[in-house]
Amino acid sequence: MSKKQKKVLIRIIAAAVLLVGFSVLAAQVRLNRWLELALFLIPYLVIGYDILKKAVKGILHRQVFDENFLMAVATVGAIALGDYKEGVAVMLFYQIGELFQSYAVGKSRRNISGLMDIRPDYANVEKDGVLEKVDPFEVEIGTIITVQPGEKVPIDGIVVEGSSTLNTSALTGESVPREVAAGEEIISGCINLSGLLKIRTTKEFGESTVSKILDLVENASSRKSRSESFISKFARYYTPAVCYSALALAFLPPLVRTLFMGADAQLGVWVYRALTFLVISCPCALVISIPLSFFAGIGGASARGILIKGSNYLETLARTKTVVFDKTGTITQGVFEVCGIHEHSCDSGSCPLQDGHSMGTPQEEKLLEYAALAECHSSHPISISLQKAYGKKLDYSRVADVQEISGHGVIAVVDGHQIAAGNDKLMKRQKISYRACSCVGTVVHIAVDGVYAGHILISDVIKPHAKAAMQELKRGGIHTLVMLTGDDAKVAKQVAAQVGIDEVRSELLPADKVAEVERLLAEKRQKETLAFVGDGINDAPVLSRADIGIAMGALGSDAAIEAADVVLMDDDPLKIAGAIRIAKKCMGIVYENVVFAIGVKLICLLLGALGIANMWVAIFADVGVMVLAVLNAIRTLMIK
Amino acid sequence: MKKSYKIEVDCANCANKMEEAARATAGVKDAVVNFMTLKMNVEFEEDADVKAVMKEVLRNCRKVEDDCEIYL
Repeated sequence: MSKKQKKVLIRIIAAAVLLVGFSVLAAQVRLNRWLELALFLIPYLVIGYDILKKAVKGILHRQVFDENFLMAVATVGAIALGDYKEGVAVMLFYQIGELFQSYAVGKSRRNISGLMDIRPDYANVEKDGVLEKVDPFEVEIGTIITVQPGEKVPIDGIVVEGSSTLNTSALTGESVPREVAAGEEIISGCINLSGLLKIRTTKEFGESTVSKILDLVENASSRKSRSESFISKFARYYTPAVCYSALALAFLPPLVRTLFMGADAQLGVWVYRALTFLVISCPCALVISIPLSFFAGIGGASARGILIKGSNYLETLARTKTVVFDKTGTITQGVFEVCGIHEHSCDSGSCPLQDGHSMGTPQEEKLLEYAALAECHSSHPISISLQKAYGKKLDYSRVADVQEISGHGVIAVVDGHQIAAGNDKLMKRQKISYRACSCVGTVVHIAVDGVYAGHILISDVIKPHAKAAMQELKRGGIHTLVMLTGDDAKVAKQVAAQVGIDEVRSELLPADKVAEVERLLAEKRQKETLAFVGDGINDAPVLSRADIGIAMGALGSDAAIEAADVVLMDDDPLKIAGAIRIAKKCMGIVYENVVFAIGVKLICLLLGALGIANMWVAIFADVGVMVLAVLNAIRTLMIK
Repeated sequence: MKKSYKIEVDCANCANKMEEAARATAGVKDAVVNFMTLKMNVEFEEDADVKAVMKEVLRNCRKVEDDCEIYL
């Protein structure tokens, strides 16, 4: 508890003791009216002096519907009517409510910053043989920093010395440690577990993964959802509306009674009812519980490696009924392996999928060499797998005139021969007759100087959780699962059947994917939303076109963090269902709070107007509802 | 230009009021107050004098919520 909160707590206890004491006294002994007033004014001022002060200041600043002002009017009014106890009690409970709220909010703020406790405080830089702790902001690109076991990696870089295991759980929610060794990239925010590491930084602190993630999480709740905007708008009209009704309630009925009914005005009764209105008029319960729910939802998700960029996306995510996947890197690992080189024939025995490629004849090796060289400038997963299978160092000087044709393949001149390496479409485009492969996988056809030379079979590995993830999504109410891929129909169908996706669109160019998503967007029902899941590397246009773009395996990929609305730090597809579940639960709690708080307040207003609810009920409608709504909001933190 | 400031305020509704007050200040294009993270993100008009504008923002915020603070 902060100092400010402690002071309020002491005042609450003192006022409560005094209030109970004087009430007992007043019940036992017949006190003079003025003496009783003086006695009750002591706890009233103890608990309410700051509210009264703020109310006066509010009036000076023309802030009439300020809650301090409302509380002041309601309590002073009650005391003036002779309801001393109620007057003091309203103020007392109001303060208890405020204290509780500020305590709960502070606690969840600390909880969430604790969950996201990845901010490194220093970086170790060696100066004259001595390690010195410096502010990570001051470390320039290319500096060698040392990370000792138990320390956080402060800045992205490349390991130059040492090897170790890393704990990435703060970033990904994944508890299995990762191995790093010299020459490998390392991402800030991981915790070094075992060995001493020397890292050459490749980014400034502000551009490092850890800063980007923190920035994203901290700014997430600034993008307000529609429920939040609704509530702040509601609050803007609710308070004045209730205040004017209170005014009308205090004076209209007595006026009607005296003028038209000839009855007693009963001004006191109606003013009392009006005062109960004022107590209920504070919109606090709503205004605090909604952003708190979103904040806790976003915070809880980020602790599991799911970064949601704003409350509005949480809202969209909860209504998702269609999920569109990119195949590579999302459902499959995106790590291709050459599993067969077919120069002349493709009998199924020649594609052993289990243990890598079979390097047969020198001709086959030549084929692989040509393909690897032609694609040596590309970072496409297929090209990388070719280079990996080739295994030898690539001599770039042998390659010239590289022409990359998106969605088709590569044409390049290698050792003076024109090599075309790519899919069926490339062969058709070049008007080269080719032989289709009988095995399932991605085929890279190779033509040398316009003559077909054979093909290389590459296949991708399906992620271990892909099937479970699809089942989980279907169980979560997603009715349409679609897979889009640039790959050929055979591979696409096989993968889809294996993981349980109903709709497949294959052989799509990047632009076709956008068109396909647009078609699906037009087809879906109005209130439902469509999520696109990609690896964020080359599907930025689709990510931004979908209602909600989810990038996965984004650890270390800036492009994905920029383009997507939801970022999954590791590449486990099960997290998609997790993110949707969190969003749904969070929205459920938000709606509960909206309906509950508005409902209780309206009922109490009605009962108050009819004279059934007294000021004690009004206090419940104000403080009690707020406490319950806040407790309910905090539940979002615990969603599993 | 956009800038982010740390703020101090006690209640969520007051934060909403601060947001409105900041938005209404001359030189401010848009402002968002985040009560949960206690931050105010201000987008300034093209040729605004940031320091002077923020002083005015603070003054306007104080009018609606007496004991708020913006750490400039």
